[in-house]
Amino acid sequence: MNLSLELMLQLCIILPILTVLPITLTRRQPNLRETVSITISLILFYCVITLYQGIAQGEHINVFWWELIPGLQLRFSIEPLGMLFALITSFLWIMTSIYSIGYMRSHHEKNQTRFYSCFTFSIGTVMGIAFSANLFTLFIFYELLTLSTYPLVTHAGTKNAKQGGRIYLGILLSTSIVFFLLAMISTWLVTGTLDFKTGGVFDPEVNKVLASGLLVLFVFGIGKAAIMPFHLWLPAAMVAPTPVSALLHAVAVVKAGVFTVLKVCVFIFGLDLLSVLSSTQFLLYIAGITVFMASIIAMRQDNLKARLAYSTISQLGYVTIGALLATSSGVIGSSMHMAMHAFGKITLFFCAGAILVTTHKSKISEMGGLGRQMPITMGAFFIASLSCIGVPPAGGTWSKWYVLMGTMEAEQFILMAILMLSSLLNIAYLLPIPFQAFFPNGLSKEALRLSRGAGDIPIKEAPLASLIAICITTLGCLLLFVYPQPLFELATAILEPSGVTNGK
Amino acid sequence: MLAHLPVLQVIVPLMGAPVCVLLSRPRLVWLFALLVSSLAFIISILLLQQVMVSGTIIYELGGWEAPWGIEYRIDKLNAFLLLIISAISTVVLFAAQTSIEKEISADKHTLFYTLYLLSLTGMLGIVATGDAFNVFVFLEISSLSAYTLIALGKDRRALWASYQYLIMGTIGATFILIGIGLMYQMTGTLNMDDLAKRLPEVAQTHTVLTAFTFVIVGICLKLALFPLHLWLPNAYAYAPSIVTAFFAATATKVAIYLLIRFTYSVFGLSFSFTTLPLQILFMVFGLLGILVASTAAIYQTNVKHLFAYSSIAQIGYMIVGFSISTITGLTATLLHMFNHALMKAALFLALGAVMYRIGSVQINQFQGLGRQMPLTMAAVVVGGLSLIGVPLTVGFVSKWYLVSALIEKGWWPIALLILLASLLTIIYVWRIVEAAYFKPLLSRKKVIKEAPLTLLIPIWLLVMANIYFGVDTRLSVQVSQAAAESLFQIQGEVSP
Repeated sequence: MNLSLELMLQLCIILPILTVLPITLTRRQPNLRETVSITISLILFYCVITLYQGIAQGEHINVFWWELIPGLQLRFSIEPLGMLFALITSFLWIMTSIYSIGYMRSHHEKNQTRFYSCFTFSIGTVMGIAFSANLFTLFIFYELLTLSTYPLVTHAGTKNAKQGGRIYLGILLSTSIVFFLLAMISTWLVTGTLDFKTGGVFDPEVNKVLASGLLVLFVFGIGKAAIMPFHLWLPAAMVAPTPVSALLHAVAVVKAGVFTVLKVCVFIFGLDLLSVLSSTQFLLYIAGITVFMASIIAMRQDNLKARLAYSTISQLGYVTIGALLATSSGVIGSSMHMAMHAFGKITLFFCAGAILVTTHKSKISEMGGLGRQMPITMGAFFIASLSCIGVPPAGGTWSKWYVLMGTMEAEQFILMAILMLSSLLNIAYLLPIPFQAFFPNGLSKEALRLSRGAGDIPIKEAPLASLIAICITTLGCLLLFVYPQPLFELATAILEPSGVTNGK
Repeated sequence: MLAHLPVLQVIVPLMGAPVCVLLSRPRLVWLFALLVSSLAFIISILLLQQVMVSGTIIYELGGWEAPWGIEYRIDKLNAFLLLIISAISTVVLFAAQTSIEKEISADKHTLFYTLYLLSLTGMLGIVATGDAFNVFVFLEISSLSAYTLIALGKDRRALWASYQYLIMGTIGATFILIGIGLMYQMTGTLNMDDLAKRLPEVAQTHTVLTAFTFVIVGICLKLALFPLHLWLPNAYAYAPSIVTAFFAATATKVAIYLLIRFTYSVFGLSFSFTTLPLQILFMVFGLLGILVASTAAIYQTNVKHLFAYSSIAQIGYMIVGFSISTITGLTATLLHMFNHALMKAALFLALGAVMYRIGSVQINQFQGLGRQMPLTMAAVVVGGLSLIGVPLTVGFVSKWYLVSALIEKGWWPIALLILLASLLTIIYVWRIVEAAYFKPLLSRKKVIKEAPLTLLIPIWLLVMANIYFGVDTRLSVQVSQAAAESLFQIQGEVSP
């Protein structure tokens, strides 16, 4: 195919959104429907890869759709950070599509067509977020993402799901409508532009109090980044089917949040301005508290998905901290952490879902000894945990390294201590799960006797489709440790044209 | 012919009304009324075009020169209003035949169309005329027909609601008349343009102040500004669905137009906003209206009531924009008049479809309707999202301008308050969404089918307009901006 890169970019956004149509049309033939969804995910990935090659060769890709309100345009362009985000999402979407076939069918979920159409639609909006050339376009897709994922959260239709959906929609819409919109309109009135520019759009002489206030509004307004106290939507969203939790609430939605934070920090405020604002320090501590508190809460959760949700909140805090540090290592660290955490967390969620469909267990206390029954799943869980904790041989090592370096450069030693402490907590709440699964010495004697009495537990793994997806993402965690080079290059390229004076 | 457009705008529906009685066969009457309304719509488009290109059109009725004769004066502001009214009227009328089948007894159908056209005449007349007394005449035409239309509702409470509206509306109209009379006493003229020239000389007298107060309070009664809104919820809830859709989208807009016309053009900006504490007064009542009415909407069990309270809240937004008294603020108000007309017409027509199939709009009757009437409910969802102000709908555009205007003026706390208040909108809209999509089907004796096409087409036409004008804002923004600028130019002073 010889399509222009501009067309490719638009395809990335429009194609998944249009796919809603063939998915609804093929609702009576599940096989065909799922083929459609996987084919589209492959095409999307192909498009994103082509774009990646395009910008690697130094092409500038700009697309202008139309002007919504005089001065406010729907416009797309590609820069390294967005590229990174698009690459992660489109790749993991393929994995999730494969995984959900196994999951949704063995779990006999209803309304699968609604599920698949909302899913593809939301992927389209994520691509829109990734490629937005200005804050206004980003905001529009950000809101669309909230709305299109709402039916996924309430998928089960139970009272619980409805309650979760209310919290989800309530927090995400109110933060964005009240704080984000207000901050955006003010920025527009102050600077006259909402374009993402390296080095920021604010005049260096801007009223610092005003800019400080705006920064606070932005960081809290981007509710998807789950900074406390606006984090409750994420645990609430865990009522969704596991593929949704995996892709949307460990990768696409939450990463859209921290991606927006990064974009705002780097391209609206600019690192130079950011480092002199008085509210930056305050927000850093809030993010630090989020990282620490979320880890503590995670330790007390017995429901596996809830524990993973709080772990996600904590990890998102890392990315926000990296962005707010306003040093180049910080920004590199947080953008790499977006990728590393995505691979690690999606694997963990995949495993949680696999355990749920095969053994119908969702509580951690019931998972002792599960390693014998599901060795591959639990092995993957172990490796992904390592990546989330940030120890070799998994990818998370690099990103945490850079974020820590960032704290040192910025001389934020308290934050550094918090981050390291939180890593220890990560170990404490993640690793016991695979350990208990393989070496169930914590089990009561009776339970052990029972399990012996039953003889060798037969290996009964998750559905094959799900298992394949788990293996690939686990492999991704390991590969990113050995071969982080392309990722690192993209991350450094984010800051390149700006010539950051701070840090380094 | 083209030169006579301003008067044709009003005369065509006025002449059409009695013809309805002569035709007397319901279907024929409907087609005729639709034709008349469409003609009015075409005329309004031509007028707007003409005004945008060549500026204000002045038409002397019967060739009598103003200020002796009655003058029709079409500028950007009222050309825009004429377009809104006639457009909504036409689309709503399209759905009328099917909807009133179930809601109004067959022998009153002819009467209904006659009154509908009279009411349309009244509204178009109020907007088109440049004569203060003429405003009162058309106000009475539109009001009297409105009382009757509301009383046509099948629910017996409609009579009481109509009576309430009659009392309140008459008080309002009387106040306006007293105000106009006092102005005439002081200046000896009824022509608005002439009044604007002569009033400043006598501006400091008590009589003029009294006249102003009477006019403003009278108009506020008509536009249902909190706390003068009590007539509105019942009138909207018990009127036939078509009538509700038509009035919710247009009637209050006409009153807001009058408010803008009298404060900006007749009395003048400096008198209205500097001599009198109108700014703070309207700001407070606007905000209170938004908060109180939105909260009240949350607790309603009748969905028509719910959206009626929402209308009062939305009027609050328009009044807040008006009270900012800058070009951006006024633009926001005018934009929201246009946008709100689209939202509410779509929503109330969709409720009309529910009424048609189920015969009730209690919220518990909505359970599971998402499956039984998917297209109607989808329309309610889009309309609701537009009301919330989600991007790519018209509601977002209005909100953007309103908040911009507030921040421009430096009124941060109010901007924050406005945005917080829009969260209340999410709550009441979501009550309907949850009922329709996430509650089990209600077991009914009969099977509920999707609404007929004659209802669905106009509903979706309006829903698409909600999205189209949220995406392509050229028409609405340009015209309202031009209208707001021209109003400020009349003043010869730049906004602070």
